[in-house]
Amino acid sequence: MSIASTQNKGFGAILWDYLTTVDHKKIGNMYIAAGAFFFILGGIEALIIRIQLMAPENDFISAGLYNEMITMHGTTMIFLAATPILVGFMNAIMPLQIGARDVAFPFLNSLGFWLFLFGGIMLNLSWFLGGAPDAGWTAYTPLSTQSPGHGVDFYVMGLQLSGAGTLMGGINFLVTIVTMRAPGMTYMRMPLFTWTTFVASILILFAFPALTVGLFLLMFDRMFGSAFFDVALGGNSVIWQHLFWIFGHPEVYILILPAFGIFSEIFPVFAKKRLFGYSSMVFATFMIAFLGFMVWAHHMFTVGLGPVANAIFAVATMAIAVPTGIKIFNWLATMWGGSIRINSAMLWSLAFIPSFTIGGMTGVMLAASTADFQYHDTYFVVAHFHYVIVGGVVFGILAGLHYWWPKLFGKVLHEGMGKIAFWLFFIGFHLTFFIQHFLGLMGMPRRYWVFLENQGLDTGNLVSTIGAFLMALGSIVFVINVVYTTMKGEKASADPWGTGRTLEWAISSPAPEYNFKQLPLVRGLDPLWIEKMDGNVKMTPAEPLNDIHMPNGSILPLIMTIGFFIASLGFIYQVDSKAWLIVLYAGMAIALGCMLIRSLKDDHGFHIHKEDLEREAD
Amino acid sequence: MSRWMGKMKALIMLGFVAIVLSACGKENLTALDPKGYGAEQAMDIMILSIIIMVAVFIIVMLVFTIALVKFREKKGQEDYIPKQVEGNHTLEIVWTGIPIILVLVLAVPTVISVFDLADTTDASSSLNVEVTGNQYWWHFNYEGEEIQTSQDLYIPVGEKVYLDIQASDVIHSFWVPTISGKMDANPENVNTMYIEAYEEGVYWGKCAELCGPSHSLMDFKIVAVSPEEFDAWVEDMKNVDPEQTPQNAVATEGQELFEANNCMACHAIGSSPVATGPNLTNYANRTKIAGILEPTTENLVDWLLDPETIKPGNKMTGNYPSLSEEEANSIAEYLMQLDHSDVTPESAGN
Repeated sequence: MSIASTQNKGFGAILWDYLTTVDHKKIGNMYIAAGAFFFILGGIEALIIRIQLMAPENDFISAGLYNEMITMHGTTMIFLAATPILVGFMNAIMPLQIGARDVAFPFLNSLGFWLFLFGGIMLNLSWFLGGAPDAGWTAYTPLSTQSPGHGVDFYVMGLQLSGAGTLMGGINFLVTIVTMRAPGMTYMRMPLFTWTTFVASILILFAFPALTVGLFLLMFDRMFGSAFFDVALGGNSVIWQHLFWIFGHPEVYILILPAFGIFSEIFPVFAKKRLFGYSSMVFATFMIAFLGFMVWAHHMFTVGLGPVANAIFAVATMAIAVPTGIKIFNWLATMWGGSIRINSAMLWSLAFIPSFTIGGMTGVMLAASTADFQYHDTYFVVAHFHYVIVGGVVFGILAGLHYWWPKLFGKVLHEGMGKIAFWLFFIGFHLTFFIQHFLGLMGMPRRYWVFLENQGLDTGNLVSTIGAFLMALGSIVFVINVVYTTMKGEKASADPWGTGRTLEWAISSPAPEYNFKQLPLVRGLDPLWIEKMDGNVKMTPAEPLNDIHMPNGSILPLIMTIGFFIASLGFIYQVDSKAWLIVLYAGMAIALGCMLIRSLKDDHGFHIHKEDLEREAD
Repeated sequence: MSRWMGKMKALIMLGFVAIVLSACGKENLTALDPKGYGAEQAMDIMILSIIIMVAVFIIVMLVFTIALVKFREKKGQEDYIPKQVEGNHTLEIVWTGIPIILVLVLAVPTVISVFDLADTTDASSSLNVEVTGNQYWWHFNYEGEEIQTSQDLYIPVGEKVYLDIQASDVIHSFWVPTISGKMDANPENVNTMYIEAYEEGVYWGKCAELCGPSHSLMDFKIVAVSPEEFDAWVEDMKNVDPEQTPQNAVATEGQELFEANNCMACHAIGSSPVATGPNLTNYANRTKIAGILEPTTENLVDWLLDPETIKPGNKMTGNYPSLSEEEANSIAEYLMQLDHSDVTPESAGN
């Protein structure tokens, strides 16, 4: 069953194939597609926010709806767009880079995806069921515990579902990288994207449980009458902020490290030069991850933790600038002395350097807690984290999409449209967010539904809104590019860039179901490049051609997820009527039943036979 | 290449133009023109950090630009394979060492000022004010004096004033950018900070922590007056007669309506522990109606008739009998005659 034969299948068969697939590449593509959908949703929410703030005392949307909009924009972009798209890359690319045939737990991988998707659907259902969450994406208590209606309940259950999915993904990637590297692929020969996947997975493993715990406490406070965050009953509302940011700050690195990994792949390929300072890049990745856990309270300088805590967290935060600087300079040194070819993937990567440097520097400025008393919760912070998240993560995602598109979908994205999209988005981005640094210092707090007249904030906000529309235009051009390429693009070769260095470029585009007919023998860093320089056409196999053992697809992950989804609705509505407990129990029964079937039913997978493999062309 | 550079230059120019156009923002609102101790401390650290950061940015961009110009693939170089350099220990040490030094240069003054701003040793010999954040207004209780105000915080210029900040419902954050950085108002504990205004003036205050629909409308003011004027204001405020008869018939009717509609259940006039709603003492001298509207009788009538439109989610809506326009007018007339002090925002040069 090759890719070619799936094209002859009917729509129903293809749908069934995707609903049951445990193939890491298909799951990766589904992550990217779902992430892109939520990215567009979050983008529309962003535009609505910017239209509201276009002029002083605007009444485009009401105050309550505005708070729902900012909450959903933040939550969607972080949890449902940026994280899943990066997880999609990790899924689709990392096993190829280490010479593996799939991830360690294909079934779990599928479950993780469906949990994320249904978590996202759960969250967005709130729009149609009485209003979205409105306490900000940070859901600070007691505002979130007191928020009327079910909005925040959907936030809690939606994030709990998708968070569980992400946690499964993290564990899966860790095990895959530890156990499934091809012969000769030692740790210090792994590509940087695989390294950053590894480190980001460690962060997921340790950070997401803090969110899970926080959400459980919030869930019990809202749905079962506990008082963890209720001051009047002896609870403490500041604890939520600690739990949230113990997760929330590493989450920033869960996003940015894989993006760093993508850039570390792209610069060497298009500068035709090996990554400068490989080992210090790996070291810097670990340093950033380690320090990332030590700095959560820099989000809380104004909470009143006292000067000792503020001083320690200020200095720890500033320290992160050092490994980040190492990375920036190593990328520059990679380009130095190279032969730089500029295409869309490279444009996004080049634009990342100044944009992210600005974001990183405002990060250091924010770390100085005395000055943070002024920046905190103003548009300065909004500008800062958009420079980091957009200028770093989104640029990384777009660079990665252009770079890996042929490997994911078998076609090269149109260059001309790629460049138009880039310039529109890039100019729009700086137009939107640079001015916001000043708006913040001029006295505009964040999450403001309106700003009043005669406060000197009009021009800046208008400029920002214009920029947002340019970004939207850029995104539209990118979508057109995708549609155009899918319809008209030509089939890409195994190594369409001609200068690919890592293992994913050694196999056809898109990768065959089994990835590697024979596992490759890895002789050093950039294994494909080594073979190329030695005049070899392809990788040396590390094993004779044999039957390949493949896992069977399964519908169980989807059904299990639907069970949890139904149970979540039961949790939310049992507050109104105890009859909903039936729904809760039914949902849990479905989910647990699926687990039971999975545990009792043996599934030995299937084999792709040697003879079939021989028949297939390279 | 030149296209790239051109775009970058245009972008930087645009940034500068935007900055010049908007200058530093509105006087007495912006943090960029500090007129108080905390804001000045923050500004010093801000300037130091900007100098360091701009220097680093210039170096990065210099290397970036040279690399891009010098090492761009030229025609006919498609098959050229550059030397594959592994790394360079000296360079790694340089670009690890220098940032560490730069971080230390910023860290030391930061830590010093963090402890300086948290030093509350002379709180007992200074003016202390309890600040309470409520959805969506601020209550000020002058400790040791029988004075409560709302929305306008009068302070003497050139003196440290200690604020004991807390919240009655959800978290708020007390921020007067021109005077000082912000401090959260939490429901569970009192956060103490001090402020000191250098110049007389009326300074804009904002709530800086999302607290509900009208978060963006929770403005307040600091009215900084000379110490003599402040003492006079304290005397006036201590001697308010809440029962004082208004000057005309309309206002007298307003006073009766105010009592008949049980407005005092939430709104005190004169010193009182009642703080469910804003204390209305000295209301005629308020800088704003409901924190945001110009202090005119018409605006007050609008507010009394329909507070929900003006401040969505406020706690007054629906908690008083509906008023006719005439009744609202009488109450407004009465409130606008609550002129309890000669020290007004005008005294601060508003």
